[in-house]
Amino acid sequence: MTWYAALGAVEQGLVYGIMVIGVYLTFRILDFPDLTVDGSLPLGAAVSAVAISSGVNPYLSLLLALGGGFCAGMVTAFLNTKFKILHLLASILTMIALYSINIRIMDGPNVALLGSDTVFDAVTRLGVPSHFAGLVVFGLFAALVVGGMVWFMGTEIGQAVLATGDNPQMITSQGVNIHVVIIFGVGLSNGLVALSGALIAQNQGAADVGMGLGTIVAGLASVIIGETVFGCQTMARAFIAALLGSIVYRLAIALALGLELGGFRFNPSDLNLITALLVIVALITPNLKRRLLAR
Amino acid sequence: MIRLEHIVKYFHKGSVNEVFALNDITLRLAEGDFVTVIGSNGAGKSTLLNCIAGSFFPDSGKIFIGAGDVTRWPEYRRAALISRVFQNPLLGTCPSATIEQNMALAALRGQKRGLGRGVKGSDRERFRTELRQLGLGLEDRLLDKVGLLSGGQRQALTMLMATMVKPEVLLLDEHIAALDPKTAGHILSLTEEIVASRGLTTMMITHNMKHAISFGNRLLMLHQGRVLLDLCGSDKKTLTVKDLLEQFYLAQGEELAMDSLLLG
Repeated sequence: MTWYAALGAVEQGLVYGIMVIGVYLTFRILDFPDLTVDGSLPLGAAVSAVAISSGVNPYLSLLLALGGGFCAGMVTAFLNTKFKILHLLASILTMIALYSINIRIMDGPNVALLGSDTVFDAVTRLGVPSHFAGLVVFGLFAALVVGGMVWFMGTEIGQAVLATGDNPQMITSQGVNIHVVIIFGVGLSNGLVALSGALIAQNQGAADVGMGLGTIVAGLASVIIGETVFGCQTMARAFIAALLGSIVYRLAIALALGLELGGFRFNPSDLNLITALLVIVALITPNLKRRLLAR
Repeated sequence: MIRLEHIVKYFHKGSVNEVFALNDITLRLAEGDFVTVIGSNGAGKSTLLNCIAGSFFPDSGKIFIGAGDVTRWPEYRRAALISRVFQNPLLGTCPSATIEQNMALAALRGQKRGLGRGVKGSDRERFRTELRQLGLGLEDRLLDKVGLLSGGQRQALTMLMATMVKPEVLLLDEHIAALDPKTAGHILSLTEEIVASRGLTTMMITHNMKHAISFGNRLLMLHQGRVLLDLCGSDKKTLTVKDLLEQFYLAQGEELAMDSLLLG
């Protein structure tokens, strides 16, 4: 793997890491498997791209994207809590609806950001070389999100979110309306996913309706790799592990795609196979380790 | 104070599985009453407690807790007035949160939660003092996750958490049934101590007739969703297990084939 490819993988790991933090919140903390993310990532990208091309400040466009994702997550959680639709099904419904909505927002399958000012231009103007701008911006946002989430989970409300996923009967008996918590939590998660999508769009210079494909798979893979490699004993550690898991995942993918065995090479279309294998390895490693140690 | 007026509850109404769970229950508990509730399986004991807690709404009838009518209040809203300890020791605490986090959650029962720290430094000394009463050494393990504790330790912690904010009524649903005899005895004496020292209005379901007689100042026997017996004061003090069984047969007018269930 070249130095340049590794840099790109770390960059991707950081920006998708924001999405992974969102997935961690639903999948692990709230115990709410949420497929909305495949729709809310391009939603964030679409909202941000359209906002920027109509003259909105790029930072403000990130906030708009976050709000859009939050609403999408709220719809899923609302369907689940108020109408008792199974969480997986509710999230699939929102996800497919978002496909059409995203095309409506962009008035087409994609929007280019050629020549528009993005959050990266502000950094390059400070003298950062342009091939490092992504790293700096993504790193800052990822650190901000991780720090924010660690702080939030330590608050009274954050603790109620934790308890809702852990023991809904207990936290109900403590006077918390778990429907409100789930709607808020799934909203927050999708807000982060949309933020991640918006940053990707500004970096690539385009938003595309198909860019969300496989988001949930990458998210889950990163969460599981992070837990296996870095552990999740405390809340801070768990979130940092999720972010690092995302970086490891992107590095592993880049490594696999760069691999050459005799005449054999992986194609980009083998990505799903590689992801599945990575997750399987991450899932069985702790088990294998235990068995070997027990001997 | 808690008052039930003509509570009726069916499950699966209109289907072949229809169960007439609560049949016109009217009941009034005075402040500080400690009521033990007995009855065979399916008599409606847990249904009655769940109905008071708001796990579901009654089909008809009214529920008053404290001064107000709470009949249509959802469970989380009634939690401001009610504390519960369940039969399953795993239901009362959060396994992946620490002991101090669990206690902090309970310390805010029924109150608004904001963006302040979940566990404040000033809370810790208070938590330690409270945990010391349990005599289980948990006061030195504030940062341990509750999932590491045994069922008995978790149930003791739940008992303590249930009374961190004084409830209008404490509901104990066979809270010692899943524990070994020694631990059960410990939790039971802890229950008596806490209820007495804080003067809590309490309802305790038990399958053990001896416990039902020796604890509390009032005894309810339920059968098929109705209150079969309601004894208090001296009537209850002089009661024996034999009396209780006789009363049961008398009221029933039939031989009960499942003595073993009642005797536990």
